[in-house]
Amino acid sequence: MSTSITTHPVQRPVQRPTRRAHAVRDSATMLRRNLLHARLYPSLTLNLLLTPIMLLLLFVYLFGDVMSAGIGGGGADRGEYIAYIVPGILLMTIGGTVVGTAVSVSNDMTEGIIARFRTMAIHRGSVLIGHVVGSVLQAIMSVILVGAVGVAIGFRSTDATALEWLAALGLLVLFAVSLTWIAVGMGLISPNAEAASNNALPMILLPLFSSAFIPISTMPGWFQPIAEYQPFTPAIETLRGLLLGTEIGHNGWLTVAWSVGLAILGYLWSTARFNRDPR
Amino acid sequence: MPSSAMPATGRPVDGHAPLAISATRLRKSYGDKLVLDGIDLHIPAGSVFALLGPNGAGKTTAVKILSTLIAADPGSGALHVGGHDLAVDPQAVRAAIGVTGQFSAVDNLITGEENMLLMADLHHLPRREGRRVAAELLERFDLVEAASKPASTYSGGMKRRLDIAMTLVGNPRIIFLDEPTTGLDPRSRHNMWAIIRGLVADGVTVLLTTQYLEEADELADRIAVLSDGRIAAEGSAEELKRIVPGGHIRLRFTDPAAYRHAALALGEFGRHDESLSLQAPCDGSQRELRSLLDQLDAVGIEADELTVHTPDLDDVFFALTGTGTGTGTGTGSGTGTGTGTRLPDQQTKETVR
Repeated sequence: MSTSITTHPVQRPVQRPTRRAHAVRDSATMLRRNLLHARLYPSLTLNLLLTPIMLLLLFVYLFGDVMSAGIGGGGADRGEYIAYIVPGILLMTIGGTVVGTAVSVSNDMTEGIIARFRTMAIHRGSVLIGHVVGSVLQAIMSVILVGAVGVAIGFRSTDATALEWLAALGLLVLFAVSLTWIAVGMGLISPNAEAASNNALPMILLPLFSSAFIPISTMPGWFQPIAEYQPFTPAIETLRGLLLGTEIGHNGWLTVAWSVGLAILGYLWSTARFNRDPR
Repeated sequence: MPSSAMPATGRPVDGHAPLAISATRLRKSYGDKLVLDGIDLHIPAGSVFALLGPNGAGKTTAVKILSTLIAADPGSGALHVGGHDLAVDPQAVRAAIGVTGQFSAVDNLITGEENMLLMADLHHLPRREGRRVAAELLERFDLVEAASKPASTYSGGMKRRLDIAMTLVGNPRIIFLDEPTTGLDPRSRHNMWAIIRGLVADGVTVLLTTQYLEEADELADRIAVLSDGRIAAEGSAEELKRIVPGGHIRLRFTDPAAYRHAALALGEFGRHDESLSLQAPCDGSQRELRSLLDQLDAVGIEADELTVHTPDLDDVFFALTGTGTGTGTGTGSGTGTGTGTRLPDQQTKETVR
């Protein structure tokens, strides 16, 4: 009898590339997906760019005279204040774009497609890595745009060598990677976009309590240690040193330590959170 | 060797279809709430198996576990899908399966075609082959026109078709379909049934969940009725229907005399004196219906209203679990069929169709 004979399609030989090749390929695919999202829905990205640009123009053109008198010690010199404020604004731009990361991760997790990814034989971390790489690229793009505004209003680097420019770029990327991993974790714990944007608020508020707009030494004494050792201040001081030749001191190491620490913490937190069973 | 019946054990016997999915004592609870209370499933390769049950019965949870989305409770027995142990090698299970969930698993922000190419990339198809497969499936599921529009603009039926098309990119041999037609209009539902039959013709194993007896009846080789996390009964559609109090015809009269007359002519079953209605057992076939009408014609009686009631999921549940009747014993004694509890006809719900 033939009724009980079922044909079995020949199994395609399963390609088993190394795990690493798998991870890279799947992450690249996920990155393309995130870039498609960003390309099709640029408004979120552009909105987040507005804040640093507004603050830059506000502080330079409205408060500029007072601020520059405050920092320089001498008379009001707007050009000097532009030089002072731009590095902080650039790092604040990164803080702003990662708020967008938290929101888009949180949105993404409510989509059915994520459940599909979880049931596919793909590299597990690729979903998050795609978000992180996409977000870092967006952050750097944003920094370049905001930087262009800075240059347009008169910001010039003094005597930065090619190596220092490279180090500045490296610093921005490293800082963006670390904040992004934290933001991904924030997005994962947020049930919806509103919660995500609230949870990620410190990313955009912290620069206000840093040396971005005024020197730490002009702040109240009790607040100075907080302002001085929070992640943004060392990064801002290091970037200033690289672009403007000011003293970097221990800020370079502090920046690297903060960035690597936050990146590892954010990575572990995010992946643990993502690997949990969804409800 | 003469062919014999399907092996009852989980082991493949040479020449017979091995089991595509086998689960023993599958358990899952969330906190205090027990969702799956130790169910057994043994699904031969190439067959269609339906998990039938109401909302909250545990259907989706079972699919989520077997498709590696969530973990079973530690007390569960062995769970194998596509020959791989879920606990040991979930990636191998994932490589063998395709899942189409209750809530469409498409990326709404990108176009249908981009969704398909995304799947092709994630299955590591070479670019050219990926494009070919994507184009073929878009064509097969009638999505060519919509391919360049964002999936968020698709209708429910289109999304479900895109969803299945995406599932098929990797050519999975085992497919989970979680309520594939819930929320679809009748035309889309029939479309979906045709699609599922097409999959089956390709020899794919399908585990389907549904709330509709009709759907399970249309598509499945075997059906398990899930109720409160237990399998209340399992069998073919025919076997299940046998344990349901049969369908009936309801005749309603406005004239008491005609009613009494009809009751006499048809025999004394199913009298409802207050409502002047009669219930006659009937399987809904043309032959039985005609013979009943002939009987009425013979005595010159015309009913004022005639409704045909066929067994539906409600009936199955009354029959199998006794819920709502006050006499419920919640039998749920594993996989036995054929001898299920029978209910008196009067207890069937008065569903007028």
